[in-house]
Amino acid sequence: MPSLELVLNVALGGILAGLVYGLMALGLSVIFGVVRVVNFAHGEMMTIAMYLAVTLFAAFGLDPLIMLVPIAAVLFALGYAMQAGLINPFISRPEHSQFMLLVAIALIMTNVLLIVFGPDAQSVQTSYSLDSFLVGPLIVDATKAYAAVAALLVALALFVFFRFTLVGKAIRACADNYVGALVVGLDVKHLYALTFGLGAACVGAAGAMLVLVIDVTPPLGPALTLLAFVIVITGGLGSMPGALLGGVMIGLTEALAGLFFTPSAKSMFSFGLLVLVLLFRPQGILGKKAS
Amino acid sequence: MRERLLDGVPRRAMAWLAALLAALLAAPWLANDYLLTVLIIILYFAYTGQAWNIMFGFAGQLSLGHAIYVGLGGYAAAALYVHFGIGPWIGLVAAVALGAACGAIIGFLAFRFGVGGVYFAILTIAFAEFARIGFDHFSWVGGSGGLFLPVANYSQSDIWNLRGKPIMFYYVILALTVAAFLLCHVLLRSRVGYYWQAIREDEAAARALGIDTFRYKMYAVVISAGMTSVAGVFFAFYYNNLFPEQVFSIGRSIEIILGPIIGGAGTLAGPIVGAFLLTGLAETMWELLRAVGLDAPGTRQVFYGLVLLVIIIVQPAGVWPWLARLLGLEKPRS
Amino acid sequence: MTALLSIDAVSKRFRGLLAVDNVSFGVAPGSIFAVIGPNGAGKTTLFNIIAGVLVPDQGSITFAGQRVDGLRPDDICRRGIGRTFQLVRPFPALSVEDNVIVGAMLHRPHLTAARAHAHAVLRRLDLFGKRDQLASALTLPDRKRLEVARALATDPKLLLLDEVMAGLRPAETDRMVAILTTLNRETGLTILLIEHVMRAVMALAERVLVLHHGAAIAQGSPDVVVREPAVVESYLGAEAVD
Repeated sequence: MPSLELVLNVALGGILAGLVYGLMALGLSVIFGVVRVVNFAHGEMMTIAMYLAVTLFAAFGLDPLIMLVPIAAVLFALGYAMQAGLINPFISRPEHSQFMLLVAIALIMTNVLLIVFGPDAQSVQTSYSLDSFLVGPLIVDATKAYAAVAALLVALALFVFFRFTLVGKAIRACADNYVGALVVGLDVKHLYALTFGLGAACVGAAGAMLVLVIDVTPPLGPALTLLAFVIVITGGLGSMPGALLGGVMIGLTEALAGLFFTPSAKSMFSFGLLVLVLLFRPQGILGKKAS
Repeated sequence: MRERLLDGVPRRAMAWLAALLAALLAAPWLANDYLLTVLIIILYFAYTGQAWNIMFGFAGQLSLGHAIYVGLGGYAAAALYVHFGIGPWIGLVAAVALGAACGAIIGFLAFRFGVGGVYFAILTIAFAEFARIGFDHFSWVGGSGGLFLPVANYSQSDIWNLRGKPIMFYYVILALTVAAFLLCHVLLRSRVGYYWQAIREDEAAARALGIDTFRYKMYAVVISAGMTSVAGVFFAFYYNNLFPEQVFSIGRSIEIILGPIIGGAGTLAGPIVGAFLLTGLAETMWELLRAVGLDAPGTRQVFYGLVLLVIIIVQPAGVWPWLARLLGLEKPRS
Repeated sequence: MTALLSIDAVSKRFRGLLAVDNVSFGVAPGSIFAVIGPNGAGKTTLFNIIAGVLVPDQGSITFAGQRVDGLRPDDICRRGIGRTFQLVRPFPALSVEDNVIVGAMLHRPHLTAARAHAHAVLRRLDLFGKRDQLASALTLPDRKRLEVARALATDPKLLLLDEVMAGLRPAETDRMVAILTTLNRETGLTILLIEHVMRAVMALAERVLVLHHGAAIAQGSPDVVVREPAVVESYLGAEAVD
């Protein structure tokens, strides 16, 4: 039976990592909440960001946290291009048609990464990778702490954007009422692409943070996509605080499950949670019930 | 019975089918070993695609975790064979029972609680992943290290134990594919098939016509799952090994859906056309790349993804409807 | 008269809104009964309650002597109540013939018999010539008739028609009225319809119920009801009379 200290340390680590996962899920939630597209390539996009960070670090020694904004910008461009170029024509198609489109894109992304980078795990070892802080009796990994703080800052920035900027409000208008937005003269296609780009940027930022905490391999893409769905559905599809809350919950669950059972089985608990949520509270903890 | 099978099928279609069947029956005598292997893969995907097509193409329920039925069926039959010496034709019963039961559970949970559309797809993925991780820790069937069937170099084909040369496996999978095709043909003309399509098109309207949509969706899931488990038995005895990471992986689930989507979901010939097209193209591409030295792992999947992408964008109804028009096989429309 | 369908003190509330307020009426077998009233009066809610999509908060619904409130929509259909939808819902990827076959299969599980019955129904609704067309390719008036044909194929004793004339031009409305009148006269099919098109109501209905804010404000024969002051004021307007 592990000591209370160990449990608390692991739990805290889980919560911090969970905030990064939450940011990833936030991107998914934003995309779904506005564009109503289920981005099945979400985790794959995050993996691209992670490989980008690894490459930049290996080539130029640049810390991922410093490269956060450029990496997020690259992913923003990718997301914008995807929506504007491929996905926009699919808005009016049945939802499984859109889903399949993204399944295809995800498949291509994962395997292109496999071809380019190979199957071996890669990681970023910064000067502070092995540091930790002492907070009372608890030991906090420096990487996780920095990543968590960065995640919260990005989430806050996103919140401010949607609440207080004109573009943000326009995007929310599209989400609330597609036809109404068209009638009022908003360039909905552009706003959709912008939103997808923002969701991708979240994932880009989260990827830059996550690469400090775990290793990256091509199969991580689908695993992260699934994790993002679990988080978003648990926390509430379309709810921004829900995504963060879901992330923390999943991070905590997985960390504790890894401690009390075997680490490789920890995903089973997330899936169990997903099944329970889908059955009993499909709108998630903070989500709004669909009419 | 003959009337039910053949009634309304255009003459031309019958001719094409007969020709195709003849070619497939004769294939092992005309093809070399490599081509035979490719044909086995094509027919395997045609069969699993046909089974998957029942759930999605007919009944409209998108399953992205169909590999779970392949895995359960394979492991059930393989474990019985390895641990108790029970032959695959008896193991089949256990395999189908297990697969159908799993389908029933997933279907019941989903339909009782109103989980549909994309959420249903995610649910199926979660179940498949759950199985993958679960079997990794299931030591009685080898865990993550895998389950191996005893292989011996038989000069004789032992069909009772499914041990033998590829030609035996070829005829087994051919028989399965033909059976699946006929089954789907009969189903489509029966009340079940009509009700499935109604549910797929508009579930509320279907209910207003007296259809117990829960029951019929369950039928679709259970039949599809059971059929897919049979493929699992074939898989286990053909490849002689099972690893949870491979058998239950989402990549496998996606491979299953590629044929029907590319060929045409909801059609009878779609999964078959799709399997031939996809695997045929993939093997050709693979040979070309190998000649140039570009055959890295993952190239095949990128190719699959690109074909899927192109089809979804350009011809979402699949290749078969277009091909059928070209061959003049469509029913006349007044 | 023993009513085929009996609505007794049915009420339905959605949060703060009382959508159906203590409504009672009876539909005689073999008759045509119309429910009219302004938008938002609760007509479709009432229909959805009868059809099993909604459960009433109070009151009961009796059909052919048995309680049917609270039954599922497919049970309701099996009991003999067919319905159409206000916004038509054909099965788009199926042909006209296949659409109706789906309905016909309720009581005829085999394809040959179902198809034969579907053909008979299609002829009655003037759609036989278009039976091989895809439902998605039909014009609105044809879709409306397909909707009726499909429900009719389930051999209902009572047919619920939800604004089946909406969007039709006068000539098409007359055509639909003629079809329904013939149907009622030749087969004794009981029809309960929601309608805004007064031309159709006056031509078809033997009895009319007027709903306003969820409550019944008038009931009786069409000529009498349309002249009642409450009805004129709330719905029809003075010019509509005569």
